[in-house]
Amino acid sequence: MLQYINPNIVAHLGLIFIVFNLLVLSAAFMVWLERKVCAYIQDRVGPNRVGYEGALQPFADVIKLLFKEELRPKAADALLFAIAPIISACAAFAAFAVIPFGTETTLFGLLKDPLPLQVADVNVAVLVIFAITSMGIYGIVIAGWSSNSKYSLLGGLRSSAQMISYELSYGLALAAVIMLAGSLSLRDIVMAQSGAWWGFIPKWYVFLQPLGFLIYMTAGVAETNRAPFDFPEAEQELVAGYHTEYSSMSFALFFLAEYVNMVTVSAVATSLYLGGWLGPLLPSWLGWLWFLLKVFLLLFFYVWMRWTLPRYRYDQLMEFGWKYLLPAAVLNLLATAALVLWLG
Amino acid sequence: MDVIAFYVFGAIAIAASLGVVGQRNPMHSVMLLISSFGALAGLYVILDAPFTAVTQIIIYAGAIMVLFLFVVMLLNVPREEPAPASLAGMLGPRAIKAAAVLSVVMGAELLYAVLSIAQSFFSAGHAGSVSSVANIGQALFTKHAFAFEVTSILILVSMVGAVVLAQKEHR
Repeated sequence: MLQYINPNIVAHLGLIFIVFNLLVLSAAFMVWLERKVCAYIQDRVGPNRVGYEGALQPFADVIKLLFKEELRPKAADALLFAIAPIISACAAFAAFAVIPFGTETTLFGLLKDPLPLQVADVNVAVLVIFAITSMGIYGIVIAGWSSNSKYSLLGGLRSSAQMISYELSYGLALAAVIMLAGSLSLRDIVMAQSGAWWGFIPKWYVFLQPLGFLIYMTAGVAETNRAPFDFPEAEQELVAGYHTEYSSMSFALFFLAEYVNMVTVSAVATSLYLGGWLGPLLPSWLGWLWFLLKVFLLLFFYVWMRWTLPRYRYDQLMEFGWKYLLPAAVLNLLATAALVLWLG
Repeated sequence: MDVIAFYVFGAIAIAASLGVVGQRNPMHSVMLLISSFGALAGLYVILDAPFTAVTQIIIYAGAIMVLFLFVVMLLNVPREEPAPASLAGMLGPRAIKAAAVLSVVMGAELLYAVLSIAQSFFSAGHAGSVSSVANIGQALFTKHAFAFEVTSILILVSMVGAVVLAQKEHR
């Protein structure tokens, strides 16, 4: 019986299990980091009661949420109201599956065939991420509509308008990188960034695509509904936006989805622009440490930005998206295409 | 394995499509249409065409459905209006005649298209041509360049039309 069990399949299942749980844990870690950083920026101490420096605070919050009553407005559409948070969370987790975070490994000779550190090596990975993030918006829109509340509806509408506007720039920024690497596979794109110019500047695409990187990060913030673009849940205007009527675990699922989306956007930025798991000093089998470090720095930047910049006005957001970001993305794409043609 | 997946996705696609037509609530129809598109994408993956599957999701389920949701939400019709007693009473005799002619023409065209594709599909070797993004791009910009450009003009026309329709009247 035992000889039929393929060690590679077991290792792959283990990998999926680890990635899934690390994503959940990263959301908890982000909640803690956000509260701590916010506290220090505002000259407070932040959570420091549960665990070391409040590190167990997110878990206490989750337990609290689990035991809360699940409420549903009487006029809500029961079915859609129930599946909206599920769609949000599923889309957030699914997008991470195609992201590579290390070289191939045999687990110190345990496996016959090397196992790539990636849940699914799809040859159109960049497009898969694009497709799944555009699915995630349905969770928000449906939540907004099915709650049958004016604040939720406005939040949902804003979210879809915002995502349509910023998805174009997001896609055009991705297209420029695809052109440089000549591949849609994230693993190939990362490998295309190996080596260095003059021996010390790593060949990361952020140096070839500085404008593209900025566009990608801006659009990424808008896609994940983070401040300063957090209109779908602008507290001062919309109570809590699309999740106003949600409570207990369904609210927690939206929260989880938001943080996992942030991790995914940062991980994609790391792979596309910052050379993924490539880095100096460490041996290649420890490359995932570089990956984690880069993702962490981007996430810290996200949090830092949220507590530094005030929210824009909604019409400013739309104007910025269509009149500045989109033309910049088109120019970036054209310039990249011309350079790729010219230099071969 | 492939066969099981085929039947599962096929069953989801058919059930969801039937649900789209059978639903009274337009929002539920929209959701079922998305799941139908998702099941079709699954079928493309089984056929070893991940690029087609992903574009299916991005273009149909992503872009068009977002706009569709917009329309549905802004109109905010909770239920479809009850159908009138007879279709003829709603449309009038002339429209019914025109519709009958149109549907016959469309049916003939569809039959012709399916038959002509079926012949070339089974005769020529096509394996591998759908799974490579490079091959798709090559075919799109050389062999089908004319159709590609005409489609882009068609889309431009519809965009201009939407802008004209949405414009406030200046007098």
